[in-house]
Amino acid sequence: MFKGKKVIVLGERDGVPGPAIAACMEAVGAEVIFTATECFV
Amino acid sequence: MDMENQSTIKKLAEENGADRLVVVLGATDLQGAEIAATTVTVGDPSFTGPLAGASLGLPVYHILEPEVKKAIPEDIYAEQAGFLEMVVDTEEVGRKFKKIREGI
Repeated sequence: MFKGKKVIVLGERDGVPGPAIAACMEAVGAEVIFTATECFV
Repeated sequence: MDMENQSTIKKLAEENGADRLVVVLGATDLQGAEIAATTVTVGDPSFTGPLAGASLGLPVYHILEPEVKKAIPEDIYAEQAGFLEMVVDTEEVGRKFKKIREGI
């Protein structure tokens, strides 16, 4: 699903933060090219 | 979605091509997550940001979708995202995001 893909990560401060999602993506062989943690409040 | 992030995503889509890109979201506010998903697929629904009118058509996933969870090693998922499975209806997240991807 994600292996070999370039991934844009948009986490959320009150949800799953960007670096946590990035760690999951890197664990499955994806290349994370952008990580951000937004605040929707 | 904040303007700076919209601008960066637009640039990355132009540089890399949409076919190799995937977007993964982590917002537990489902409405906010759906707005972000709409922004990277059919364009900024508020028509105010750099992605207004830009149909990037990027495949978009939510980290709390059951389908995404299955793809990630169990220990890493539990450590990084599993703690939020209790606060959202993950099945509903999966249904909504699948529908968004099917609409691309």
